[in-house]
Amino acid sequence: MQDSLRHQRLVGLFALALLLFNFPLLSLWDRDLTLAGIPLFPAALFIVWALVIAALAWLMEKTAD
Amino acid sequence: MLAPSLVLFASFAYLLLLFFVAWWADKRADAQRSVIGNAWVYALSMAVYCTAWTYFGSVGRAASGGVWFLPIYLGPMLAMLLAWVVVRKMIRIAHTYRITSIADFIASRHGKSPLLAGLVTAITVVGIVPYIALQLKAIDSGYKLLTNPAGAVPGAAGPWWQDGALYAALALAGFTMVFGTRHLESRERHEGMVAAIAFESVVKLIAFVAVGIFVTWGLFGGPVDLFARVQADPQLRDLLRLAQNGHPFAYEQWFALTMLSMLSVIFLPRQFQVLVVENVDERHLKRAVWVFPAYLLAINLFVLPIALGGLLYFGGSNVGADTFVLSLPLAGGQPALALAAFVGGLSAATGMVIVETIAVSTMVCNDFVMPLLLRSGAFARQQDLSGWLLAIRRAAIVAVLLLGYLYFHLAGEAYALVSIGLISFAAVAQFAPTALGGMYWRGGTREGALAGLLAGFALWTYTLMLPSIAKSGWWHTDFIAEGLWGIALLKPEQLFGLAGLDNLTHSLFWSMLANTGLYVGVSLWRTPSANETSQALLFVDVFDRTDTARPIFWRGRAQVSDLQALARRFLGADVASRLFADYARQGGASSIGEIAADARLVQFVETQLAGAIGSASARVMVASVVEEEALDIDAVLRILDEASQLRAHSQALEQATAELRAANLRLAGLDRLKDDFMSSVTHELRTPLTSIRALTELMLDEPQMPLEQRHEFLAIVVTETERLSRLVNQVLDLAKIESGHAQWHDEAVDLIELLKQAAQTVHELLRERGAELVLDLPGQAPTLHADRDRLMQVLLNLLSNAIKFLPSSGGRIDLRLRVDEHAATVEVHDNGPGVPPDQQALIFEKFRQGGDATSRPQGTGLGLPISRQIVEHFGGTIELRTDAHQGACFAFQIPWQAPAQPTAALAVPDLSGDSA
Repeated sequence: MQDSLRHQRLVGLFALALLLFNFPLLSLWDRDLTLAGIPLFPAALFIVWALVIAALAWLMEKTAD
Repeated sequence: MLAPSLVLFASFAYLLLLFFVAWWADKRADAQRSVIGNAWVYALSMAVYCTAWTYFGSVGRAASGGVWFLPIYLGPMLAMLLAWVVVRKMIRIAHTYRITSIADFIASRHGKSPLLAGLVTAITVVGIVPYIALQLKAIDSGYKLLTNPAGAVPGAAGPWWQDGALYAALALAGFTMVFGTRHLESRERHEGMVAAIAFESVVKLIAFVAVGIFVTWGLFGGPVDLFARVQADPQLRDLLRLAQNGHPFAYEQWFALTMLSMLSVIFLPRQFQVLVVENVDERHLKRAVWVFPAYLLAINLFVLPIALGGLLYFGGSNVGADTFVLSLPLAGGQPALALAAFVGGLSAATGMVIVETIAVSTMVCNDFVMPLLLRSGAFARQQDLSGWLLAIRRAAIVAVLLLGYLYFHLAGEAYALVSIGLISFAAVAQFAPTALGGMYWRGGTREGALAGLLAGFALWTYTLMLPSIAKSGWWHTDFIAEGLWGIALLKPEQLFGLAGLDNLTHSLFWSMLANTGLYVGVSLWRTPSANETSQALLFVDVFDRTDTARPIFWRGRAQVSDLQALARRFLGADVASRLFADYARQGGASSIGEIAADARLVQFVETQLAGAIGSASARVMVASVVEEEALDIDAVLRILDEASQLRAHSQALEQATAELRAANLRLAGLDRLKDDFMSSVTHELRTPLTSIRALTELMLDEPQMPLEQRHEFLAIVVTETERLSRLVNQVLDLAKIESGHAQWHDEAVDLIELLKQAAQTVHELLRERGAELVLDLPGQAPTLHADRDRLMQVLLNLLSNAIKFLPSSGGRIDLRLRVDEHAATVEVHDNGPGVPPDQQALIFEKFRQGGDATSRPQGTGLGLPISRQIVEHFGGTIELRTDAHQGACFAFQIPWQAPAQPTAALAVPDLSGDSA
């Protein structure tokens, strides 16, 4: 059963997401820039959020039971 | 503005639609064609997390604090990252032991304590009723905004019987009663309700996104234009940055909010209900864990555009940001969209109220009312309590909703209502230490859980709930500013002098610290009792045990009739008799009367009852009808030991069974091969026999046959007889080789000489067919140690095969010998038609001759298999070279040093030809 490896990956992804959305990594996006017309800070929050969900989806769906 | 009748009609029509969806799903469930049995519906039902607070409040929060609406949705994503690990375990535990509420979960884990269940229920009711009030307020204020002329001050409230919110509450109570307590189940599943909730999640998402699109592209020129205008406004510009209005970013509050919502998404009663209790199949969690965060992302995508759009659009005018979702479409001249947005908010509010009420009423019924009623003698003597149970549930639903309405009516516009969402979150977060701790730590005790929960709840009340009530103007605010009794250290928002945190983070810190600390600390005070140990083992190791090897921590004597009567009282006669009949069938008993009154039956009945009345009450009721032996720790450990041994035995048994099955399969395969071989042999024998018999009979019947013809016939008979004896010889030969009984000589063989002799032998045959044989031999070759006659047999076999397929003129065979340091390779290459690709794999099998039925040459079909056996006996290989450009090229290779041969004959005659 591959579950043990999957568990470890999930915990790893959790730790990564926790770091990405807190001090100090969060402050890296706080710049006076725009991304295709959208201010960088909110854009980056949503993009990182979407990437974490995509990684989670990939982890959960890639192996069939 | 919109006509009140239109808004009321739309709301009513929406509620009717909801009834229809729930009714349809229930009907499908009764027909065994469930609509909720998939991961998508499960994920959508989780989105009941998004209430009216999300729908209206997120925009309000974004309008005042920029990205500060986000932590409430990032927390659930973090929780979902670990859900496959943690929530799956909760689901497994809850389904195995029929746990139907968070109160039951915590109480069951800590020795099935009724007191603990009651405490959790009390915390839930206090924490959640205001949250329900918030939903009613959202519906009410949305309705007022839509129906009042823009800018008009809402008129004075009419008498209470004209209050729409009251009727909204009653309508929701009706819905919840119909679909939440339709029938008494031993597991609290509500298919219709879940389908309706999933439907509501779709409605609110579509409505919110529609408003977002309208604001972004309808009122403004797309997101780029919107954000450019925001950037141009120095005040709004700050909203999109971390530091706002000169204050540094409050990272600790951000972190606290994330953690808080991470716990809430699991421990809010409605979330526990849809996530754990209503889960149909724990594999659905696999997809739901990412679909649900994706839903949250989608519904939050337009929060900032709507909030900023509203701020830009209304400028400084006095329009509440909480109502932008409704007021923007109204102001933009889109009343239909405003109505749709109202329906979306309505669906967010009703979804929350329905599920929350079901969850809370289950707790109130099982953990408040039932324990009290069961103590009173008159009630306990009632014969059928199942009707009572349903009535109590329904009464609890009405009571919870009316409490919510009352709170809404009293609190009105007060501060307490606005901030209640987070205050409720903080209340249910108090369940996390005991619930999560209980799932992974075996040491937790009843006293530890009680102490932790009480301390956490008390601190939550003192540092968060009371100040919010005081700030609403219902109480003096002195104690906030100066501390209780004027003691500065007791200031509720700066307890023990802890300053510098916002009140939520402050309260969360103290309550969680005390909660976790006391849970662990008090638990460590004494060793867990037998009861606590057994429950801890069942919870912590739930994945280690299958149903058959689960230990049953019960010793005593019971009567089947007593247990049956007990089940009848609480579950009703129909359900009880069905359960017992199922149990009898599964246990192999022919009727209910033959069920053994053992520990397994007692546990079965207790689990079923737990689903209906909670594990604590179920424990008390079962104990009242059976004679139990008190278990001590040693007995618990002994039972556990027995169960593990049983498990080990069953594993060993499974393994042995698998091995036997594999051996049997192998034998069956060999048997089939033997049958194939026998039928081929008899077929091959019959063909010559038939012709011999036909010819001799012909000669017998016709004595006048000309001598010439008779001679011809006799010649055929002789040929066929030769063929027969050759076949028999070859079959015997093959059988001998395969069984290992063949005689093998070991002598020095000069390969060059052997090949020359073979060429000599077939010389005459070749000359008759006008073909030539070309020998290609090296000058010298080392001596091979093998059986000369057998090698000659192989060579002649290959050569005669080649001759058979030679063209009628210009036939040519190349016989080559190649030697290297490892092996000698002999190739027989003809210029015949070659072996068709589809037959190349088959020709080494017995009786598989090349060519189709008509062009089949004379032969037994055993030559190549025998050759292969011989070559393999000497450690070599034989193959058909597929790279030959023309004709067929057979080659065999024999190493100079033969590997050690297994001398023992196989026990089973191996006729497959796969091994020598």
